[in-house]
Amino acid sequence: MESSGKNPRVGLFVTCLVDLFRPAVGFASVRLLEDAGCDVSVPMAQTCCGQPAYNSGDRADTRAIAEEVIKSFEDFDYIVAPSGSCAGMLKKHYPSLFLDDPVWHKRSVAFSAKVHELTSFLTDVLSVSSVSAKFNGSVTYHDSCSGLRELGIQGQPRKLLSTVEGLEMTEMKDPDVCCGFGGTFCVKYSDISNAIVEKKAANVENTAADLLLAGDLGCLMNIAGKLRRQKAKTEVRHVAEVLAGMTNSPPIGGRGKS
Amino acid sequence: MTQHTITSPAFKENARAALNNTQLQRALGNVEQGFIAKRSLAADALPEFDALRDNARDIKNHSLEHLDLYLEAYEAKVIETGGHVHWAQTAEDARGIVLDICRKVDAKIVTKSKSMITEEIGLNDFLEKSGIAPIETDLGEYIIQLRGEAPSHIIAPAVHVNKDEVEEAFRKAHDYLPGNRELEEPEQLLDEARRVLRAKYFEADIGITGANFLVAETGTSIVVTNEGNADLTQTLPRIHVVIASIEKIVPTLEDSAQILRVLARSATGQESSVYTTFSTGPRRPDDPDGPDQYHVILLDNGRSAMLGTEFQEMLRCIRCGACMNHCPVYHAVGGHAYGWVYPGPMGAVLTPSLIGVDKSGHLPNASTFCGRCESVCPMRIPLPKMMRHWREREFERGLNPATARYGLKFWAYFAKRPRLYHFAAAFGLPLLAFFGGRKRRLRKLPFAGGWTRHRDLPAPQTKSFLQQWQKHEARRRGGRT
Repeated sequence: MESSGKNPRVGLFVTCLVDLFRPAVGFASVRLLEDAGCDVSVPMAQTCCGQPAYNSGDRADTRAIAEEVIKSFEDFDYIVAPSGSCAGMLKKHYPSLFLDDPVWHKRSVAFSAKVHELTSFLTDVLSVSSVSAKFNGSVTYHDSCSGLRELGIQGQPRKLLSTVEGLEMTEMKDPDVCCGFGGTFCVKYSDISNAIVEKKAANVENTAADLLLAGDLGCLMNIAGKLRRQKAKTEVRHVAEVLAGMTNSPPIGGRGKS
Repeated sequence: MTQHTITSPAFKENARAALNNTQLQRALGNVEQGFIAKRSLAADALPEFDALRDNARDIKNHSLEHLDLYLEAYEAKVIETGGHVHWAQTAEDARGIVLDICRKVDAKIVTKSKSMITEEIGLNDFLEKSGIAPIETDLGEYIIQLRGEAPSHIIAPAVHVNKDEVEEAFRKAHDYLPGNRELEEPEQLLDEARRVLRAKYFEADIGITGANFLVAETGTSIVVTNEGNADLTQTLPRIHVVIASIEKIVPTLEDSAQILRVLARSATGQESSVYTTFSTGPRRPDDPDGPDQYHVILLDNGRSAMLGTEFQEMLRCIRCGACMNHCPVYHAVGGHAYGWVYPGPMGAVLTPSLIGVDKSGHLPNASTFCGRCESVCPMRIPLPKMMRHWREREFERGLNPATARYGLKFWAYFAKRPRLYHFAAAFGLPLLAFFGGRKRRLRKLPFAGGWTRHRDLPAPQTKSFLQQWQKHEARRRGGRT
């Protein structure tokens, strides 16, 4: 009610990987949201969405983390995360943690309804149809699994990328197939994860694109790690960096082989 | 024979061997390309496909909610049509019932159409040890029977085998045929299998089939094949034995027809299988053919214990194989790595229910949760969710490795305490950033071998986003005043 007529108040859930490994994505997200007319806040009381515990079967810790996240963010009009995986966790999985607790369940449902992934929030909620960014080069886009299958994110980032001046999109083979990251999977089943990311890296390289983009830092670190290990040319960034026109910092995992 | 051996605890070792097996990797490439494109074309060609999936799910949910009622109704119908119904609580019970039926007619040869249930109960081994020769009549099953292997896929059991290996198996098994015969072409292999098997149908005393559906309304069992081998298996011998697990039940013929419309499309991309065979009781006086005796063995083997739990939805599975056809982990390691009868995502959920999660703990963990299996499952089974439930059971029982548990607890301690977490990050990040150097990546890192063995680790900056943001905001506010 208090925000009627005012700018939407957005709490940025920055995600633990962006916070620790890729601050540029946080700043790019803030710029995109502010350009779209949002009042952006970044609560300091945030760590992680809880997926490492959730997907390891540790419900008690997951729930404790979820309670902290809900408490820190539930007063915003919207909660936005630059990750389909973490936004999916907040939006699709949190309510299932509180099925035995009517009070918390109600809170979690109200919270979840306000959660969005960044590119989906910009296009689907704020009806942003273009960005004012430039990028001279070819890019290819990997659809991260949770964003794609839990939140239906596929057209949104591509639509925004198509408005970046100078950007040329080259689709890879199987863009919607998993990169093999899978959270702790990639270290627990390292050899299998490697077999999967090898295929993904080959599909990326076959496009001969200058830059690989995706909306999730987990996948990006995995694919970037493989591309750099293989001394490939393709560089890697989060989609928000390109959309915000913030491509001056070194890419994820450093420069590609020139 | 490997059918009884459970190697699921060695999943990681199995997987490594599979990844290093170039012949297998080539064969798996065919799964990845062929099945996916065919299913996609079939699903897209049918506007009501997703609505049919909803309907199929609802039919099975209803059947499972009233399973006792429909099973009893089915039994009554089978008896009414002159058949016999045997209830088997365990695999051992089911094997015993088959043996009894065999002994009563002094059976020496038993033909079988492809049946995952008989794999589950290890029937072939058991019959052989009892002096009865089981003959698999599905070509893929026949090939792996000759090779002494278990199926590596629930609808394409020999998908891991190449043409040369089939030739080798045939030359060895059919040593009574001329050694100089030509067997290089697939058609020649097919011809030889057909000729050899044709004779067996007539020699067999008993034909055993599985069932895709059991229809309560009519007492009918339904089986689908592409080779017609189930028809010959069940019509030529004197006795037809159907072995099926209890969740195969559907209320009506119309219900089975609804689910059949999603089954073949999801499995092979066909609109329907080449043969859909209905059998109801033994041969009636006016029938041109059919068996003298018709037996149905209804197997529980752990399934009734899944009812009313978070794993009940798994009982909707119709064994189409779409989940494994679309699974990146299955594509990487194939079916045998899973170490028991059911591979892929459906196996990762079902196997712990049937043999215990203590023996199959890797299976529900060896998933990236990419969700592609659920997105193609014709019965809309939430496979990743149920794999997570198995992980919860493992965590509760302390079955996962101690290092993983302590690591998780250590991390969670910080994740629940934002101030401490950010303090630790402020301490750790500069170190990582320092070792990342100008290249901004690490080739090696203590305790991170799982990552760095195969890929570099992108290095962080010296300060976290939240640290940088605080400064940034302070500046921005300072600038405004």
